[in-house]
Amino acid sequence: MAAPLTLLLIVAVTIRAALYRSSLAELIAERVEVVSPLTAWKRVVEGLALLDLGVSPYSGDVFHETPLIIYLFHFLVDYAEITFMLADVITAVALYITVKDYNKQVFRKQKFALEADRYPADCLELIRSPKEMYYIPLKVAMFYLLNPFTILSCVAKSTCGLNNAVLSLFILSTIKGNVLLSAIFLSLATYQSIYPLTLCAPALLYFMQRLYIPVNVRRASFWWFIVQFAFMYLGSLFVIICLSFFLLGSWDYLPSVYGFILSVPDLTPNIGLFWYFFAEMFEHFRLFFLCVFQINVFFYTIPLSIKLKEHPVFLVFMQLAVIAIFKSTPTVGDIALYMAFLPVWSHLHRFLRNIFLVSCVLLACSALFPVLWHLWIYAGSANSNFYYAITLLFNVAQILLVSDYFYAFLRREHHLTYGLYLKKKDGSEATLILK
Amino acid sequence: MAARRCSASVVLLFLCGLSVFVAANEQNTTPTGGYRAAEADSPRTPAEAAGHPAAEDGRWEATEVGDAAPADAEPDERDASRPGTTVPQPKDDFQEELVIRPLHSGDIYASFQFRTLWETDFMKGNKVSHYRLFPKSVGQVISKFSVRELHISFTQGYWRTMQWGQPFLPSPPGAELWVWFQDTVTDVDGMWKELTNVLSGIFCASLNFIDSTNTVQPSASFKPLGIDNVTDHRFLRYATLPREIVCTENLTPWKKLLPCGSKAGLSVLLKSEKLFHSSFHSQAVHIRPVCQDSECKTTSWELRQTLNVVFDLHTSGQGKREWSLFKMFSRTLTEACPLASSSKIYIDITDNPEGELFELTPATPLLSQAVLMGDRRTFSVYDLTQQITFGTMRSLNLLIRWKSSEGHMLRPLLHAERYVAGYGLQAGEIHTLMYNNHPYRSFPVLLLDSVPWYLRLYVHTLTVTSKGKDNKPSYIHYQPSKDRERPHLLEMLIQLPPNCVTEVTVQFERALLKWTEYTPDPNHGFYVGSSVVSSLVPSIVAMDTNSSLERPLFSNFFPCKEESSYFVRIYTEPLLVNLPTPDFSMPYNVICLTCTVVAVGYGSLYNLLTRSFQIEEPSPGLAKRLANIIRKMRGVQPL
Repeated sequence: MAAPLTLLLIVAVTIRAALYRSSLAELIAERVEVVSPLTAWKRVVEGLALLDLGVSPYSGDVFHETPLIIYLFHFLVDYAEITFMLADVITAVALYITVKDYNKQVFRKQKFALEADRYPADCLELIRSPKEMYYIPLKVAMFYLLNPFTILSCVAKSTCGLNNAVLSLFILSTIKGNVLLSAIFLSLATYQSIYPLTLCAPALLYFMQRLYIPVNVRRASFWWFIVQFAFMYLGSLFVIICLSFFLLGSWDYLPSVYGFILSVPDLTPNIGLFWYFFAEMFEHFRLFFLCVFQINVFFYTIPLSIKLKEHPVFLVFMQLAVIAIFKSTPTVGDIALYMAFLPVWSHLHRFLRNIFLVSCVLLACSALFPVLWHLWIYAGSANSNFYYAITLLFNVAQILLVSDYFYAFLRREHHLTYGLYLKKKDGSEATLILK
Repeated sequence: MAARRCSASVVLLFLCGLSVFVAANEQNTTPTGGYRAAEADSPRTPAEAAGHPAAEDGRWEATEVGDAAPADAEPDERDASRPGTTVPQPKDDFQEELVIRPLHSGDIYASFQFRTLWETDFMKGNKVSHYRLFPKSVGQVISKFSVRELHISFTQGYWRTMQWGQPFLPSPPGAELWVWFQDTVTDVDGMWKELTNVLSGIFCASLNFIDSTNTVQPSASFKPLGIDNVTDHRFLRYATLPREIVCTENLTPWKKLLPCGSKAGLSVLLKSEKLFHSSFHSQAVHIRPVCQDSECKTTSWELRQTLNVVFDLHTSGQGKREWSLFKMFSRTLTEACPLASSSKIYIDITDNPEGELFELTPATPLLSQAVLMGDRRTFSVYDLTQQITFGTMRSLNLLIRWKSSEGHMLRPLLHAERYVAGYGLQAGEIHTLMYNNHPYRSFPVLLLDSVPWYLRLYVHTLTVTSKGKDNKPSYIHYQPSKDRERPHLLEMLIQLPPNCVTEVTVQFERALLKWTEYTPDPNHGFYVGSSVVSSLVPSIVAMDTNSSLERPLFSNFFPCKEESSYFVRIYTEPLLVNLPTPDFSMPYNVICLTCTVVAVGYGSLYNLLTRSFQIEEPSPGLAKRLANIIRKMRGVQPL
């Protein structure tokens, strides 16, 4: 299994290296779908230039990276391409190991359930065989590395690739059961872009499941574990924030990074929902809608964790998707991360309702983004509404995709409990509906 | 004198701290005239020192000393004989003058200057309540806002340096305001805000649009022009409004500040219907403290009002190359302002010593010389305080009739222009070109750029190239912008190599603004104020080392420091930049559509989270349901 992975890595690195050398790299680096004001490489270079001029990079409104990133590239700026390729490789390998481990656990659980005779008799065709699960880890790595979104993001040197690497390391250490490392990587991810905060819930659920701690609010052991995890998480977050403070000697970065993420002052177009909405917003309602939209990202955490408390890895997938759709400045790199998980849920395909339509819409939108951008910005024959319409459609497609997978997952769980071929009282074939 | 010249040469070494309008106005003939000349000379101004070597130059001076002396003796006698000013030393003084220069393009450049000097102290809690010549509104502004220096200009049109040469007083298109506050001021920004609003009222201009998004604090480009050279730029505020349109409503309040209003003296010429029918119009007010005497024991406040106009010959002269005061201003002069201690008209005849280029009537015997922008100019002088000037007609109507359209102009040594490169509405590049036309000397220039926040500059893309080679600026002061708070400020000290173009480029990105932040005509574009290029330019007089034909040999072996450079400030064109615009007609639609998408996300997740899977039971038909209800009432088993 190591050989195909190595081959994949070599192919992926070659594609990236070739694109770096081509004239396309500059074009890609300017694309608003690929880079946001938060992740643009041009702005990192600007931050470094400001540091060289003796000006605090946070005194202006161009640089919004965290201090650790600027210090990382202070040393690595000449090796930026290698760094970004390495980040992608790390992400892919981490996801590969994660999924491999996860599949083992799934298989073991399935075996126990079969032995305990817990599945209804007609559900045998829903049982997953080791043969079909064998290539899933490789597919996940491939979905990440060869996804055009990831390649574009890497060639544009969007720092989103680094965030993805941190997130995948967090998932890996969670699956491996390392509480401390998991807390540290999660705090790093949170430090980079607030939103991964919501991944606390799946991590906690996973650890509790693994350590046989009952998820019960009346049990002391439950609360004790939460306190332990919170201590590690907040402690490492505190250390990172203080470290950033000592690196720059000021707290300027807090409003410049987190204030920027939360208050969305820069309305540069992107694939998200925020930019045009807040460009057209009545000033009077601005704060209200800002709060609504930001809360929307965090809002789904608790209901999702209640519904999916037995399935923390699917919860991770859902959370990543919700963040990628509803965050203030999404880029295609964020989408690539949750899309890498799609092969893990390949067994759900028989329950998906509109996957064909959704994939067509996603593909069409991806092609239309540059076209309508050109018509608006360069040709002047379209206006902002055209581009906005495409972002809307793209987001609707993403929402449908995610909710479709969620539906399929719940439906499969239902079938695993009640049998696949359900009958009505009168013995005729029944249809399942949500009520 | 030695100390003064020494201090002047020390100051010369610095680029800053130079007085541009003293340089423009300094004359050889004035020092003969009593206390007034001493007032004019600020001890720090190098241009003043630049005048003196010329005074020692015998050959040039001999022709005019005889002419100039009576002209200057006269006003003193008038002063003494005039009722109302019998006090031993009047504390205030008013002078007016008009300089007319025929330009080589065929246009006429007319520059008015009105200077009011007042030996008083607005500061230290003094309650100044008795005003004579000095306008009360200005005096109150100075004392209320603790202003040390105030410079404001309103300009319509762009000064074409390459066609017209250097102006006496440069100003950018639109409105420009820069103020030095006293160092006792604690809340400079608050003072600035109030001051701009007050000035907005005084001059009927949109100065109230000056806020933190277009105000900068230049660190080197704008130094105080008056005495007490405190250079902490915390007390300096600089702002331009390139979009400001100057018209007659700005001229009327400006004229009201003059002691004679528009009733007498040179100001009767200021008729707005003619002044604004011109290629270039600029009016300015400069307030600064100056020295009263050579030891600088007492200081006085100087209010200098200037108005520069360039008339297009073809529109004002109906195609004939001929003009007169009447044609230009539709007025002739009949008297000086009675309150003025000096009232003169200067005609630049440097290029016309023998009268071969144009003919000037009535002729005047008075001549004056001045070193102006490093160039020795000769002027015909008309002294309006002498009755003889007005002749038998009791009115003065200067007339210039051109004889030939020949003539060449010395190319200005420093010239700058600017444009935006690139296409599309996403990014762009600002190119600033600076021309050093000096054949063999390089000199440093200070470039000041203030760019609004919605053009996000990337300072790492800054390149300075001359002759195809990288030219690293020796000093860069950069302040990045804050969204909706403050603009970018970029100041650089660049050495311009001789006889070549230096190009400064910097890339920017155009921001998408909120729909309420656009101007009512968003597709017209957004203005970016002029860049300011300040420099010490090597003078033309010292430029030609081999043209020693007209000068004694002993005078020109070593280049004379005082005369060898002069201060110049030039402004580039303002830029007009388009930004991407949202659709202004559909905020409701956008709010509805985006919220719908969010609701689709919320709804589908809510659906899956709260409901559970159930087997669909077909609902019975209506008749059956009705029958069941009836059966239930009857107590029979339902169907």
